[in-house]
Amino acid sequence: MSIDLKTVKHISKLSRISLDEQKAKKLETDLNLIFKWIEQLNELKTENIEPLSSIAETKLRLRKDEIKSKNIREEILKNSPDDNKDFFVVPKVVE
Amino acid sequence: MSNITDLSLSELVSNIKNKKLSSQDVTSEYIERSKKSKNLNTYIEETFDAALKKAKEFDSKPDLNKKLPGIPMAVKDLFCTKNVKTTASSKILNNFIPTYESTVTQNLWNDGAILLGKLNCDEFAMGSSNETSYFGNVISPIDKDLVPGGSSGGSASALAAKLTPATIGTDTGGSIRQPASFTGTVGLKPTYGSCSRYGIVAFASSLDQAGPMTRNVNDAALLLEVMSSFDNKDSTSVDFKRPMYSKDLSKDIKGKKIGIPKEYRVDGMSEEIEKLWDDGKNYLKDCGAEIIDVSLPHTKFALPTYYIVAPAEASSNLARYDGVKYGFRTEGNNLIDMYEKTRSVGFGDEVKRRIMIGTYVLSSGYYDAYYLKAQKVRRLIKNDFNNIFQKVDAILTPSTPSSAFKIGDKSNDPVSMYLNDIFTVPVNLAGLPGISIPAGLDKKGYPLGLQIIGKSFDEQNILNIAYSMEDKINFKFNLKEWWMNE
Repeated sequence: MSIDLKTVKHISKLSRISLDEQKAKKLETDLNLIFKWIEQLNELKTENIEPLSSIAETKLRLRKDEIKSKNIREEILKNSPDDNKDFFVVPKVVE
Repeated sequence: MSNITDLSLSELVSNIKNKKLSSQDVTSEYIERSKKSKNLNTYIEETFDAALKKAKEFDSKPDLNKKLPGIPMAVKDLFCTKNVKTTASSKILNNFIPTYESTVTQNLWNDGAILLGKLNCDEFAMGSSNETSYFGNVISPIDKDLVPGGSSGGSASALAAKLTPATIGTDTGGSIRQPASFTGTVGLKPTYGSCSRYGIVAFASSLDQAGPMTRNVNDAALLLEVMSSFDNKDSTSVDFKRPMYSKDLSKDIKGKKIGIPKEYRVDGMSEEIEKLWDDGKNYLKDCGAEIIDVSLPHTKFALPTYYIVAPAEASSNLARYDGVKYGFRTEGNNLIDMYEKTRSVGFGDEVKRRIMIGTYVLSSGYYDAYYLKAQKVRRLIKNDFNNIFQKVDAILTPSTPSSAFKIGDKSNDPVSMYLNDIFTVPVNLAGLPGISIPAGLDKKGYPLGLQIIGKSFDEQNILNIAYSMEDKINFKFNLKEWWMNE
């Protein structure tokens, strides 16, 4: 399966990473190289194998849903890229 | 006494406990040496003044029961440190100052250690040569133009150049063990669930583990003892009784069964590596261990599996960098445009490439063919290890297929770069502990490492094996201080 330029642009859209034409072409080459190498996995028959998503196959622990950090609004906003220190500010979303 | 910076971590600890050295003596020596070593580009952020202040505080009221009493230490810049800039070597976090501390670094400070600064690494720990950092390449003290390995390249370089008595790194596919091997140092990746992931900038959450990087095996045992803890803040942290690794360290490995997996004898492996491996076997036999040939049949599928699983998890973890709540932002015409521009400018090429791979393998229509397939193969790889651990106590392999390479040598061919991690990646996929120890030099005089892989939570056993081998190997590297500015 090869990845064409149109697919690269589609993935870039899904990834929310803008690409210029030159970068897109470079990625087309790289991704084809990488996926050609990845495709050796198809040599293996895996129909009846249970997928392994995590090594820690234990049940997740339950805990009380309680507030542990209080009054950290200022701390949280401290790293905001916008100068407004009362809210996170983004470009207008609703017209 | 020899130079302070020549002492190992354990030696420093006992000197401070015996009051032969103060924390200020040690801290100021390391700061002086670090200041003269800027050519290696190991530090991203230096906290020297704060370190001296803390050393002074320690000396005024020394608590000598601590395991790392007043020991200065620089750490990989992937660990969040409260009020100290943490970048993950990325432009997108260039101005990020965490308001909280990672559990692993907090454990170090609780036991008396003092932060010297934050060390360079590959961007978001994605790389095997430290060439993907936004802050530039790290140079290995081993030789000019040589990569220190990656992703914990700054840590390995700083450790080998004696700019820190010991350090910590993270290992997702070999990022502790490969740079340790390249720089003639010891690096241990613990079992998944041993060290908390809380506060470590996430790359691939089912694979990431923090671990010690040290000058010898004893130091690794000591540092692991401090780092490892059960943590409610990490949902995959495992609650088990953690041994006193350094106290229980022993050279008695008589009767231990060590497996030699034939699939690690890869095509084109150099004679030097073959010989290194054979020597390792002989050392183990000398110690009374039994060598057993074993098979891990799915080994060759580990790397392609990793390059589906790790990017998939990374694409999801790195979705948080959108320029809204923290980090770097590029303004756009609308919200989506802002996201796209921020991420395009904020991430480097390798990170973008991996996000794209991950997005693709998780996207509609490809999920089953790639991601689900990889998870199934991951099961087969884990089963391979389960099977042979019925027969053996540990496995011996080379750490890397070659010694360190020159800067730029592999940066244009992603697959050849990825192949560097061929011996380390299977360990992460199976969640096992692995340690790399320096084992010899190649023809160029560059260090080579051997890796010991153990059963889950059997760190004590691989530390003991490494400890007895270390003695036999008696590794020496004549460090010429060519990079130093007077």
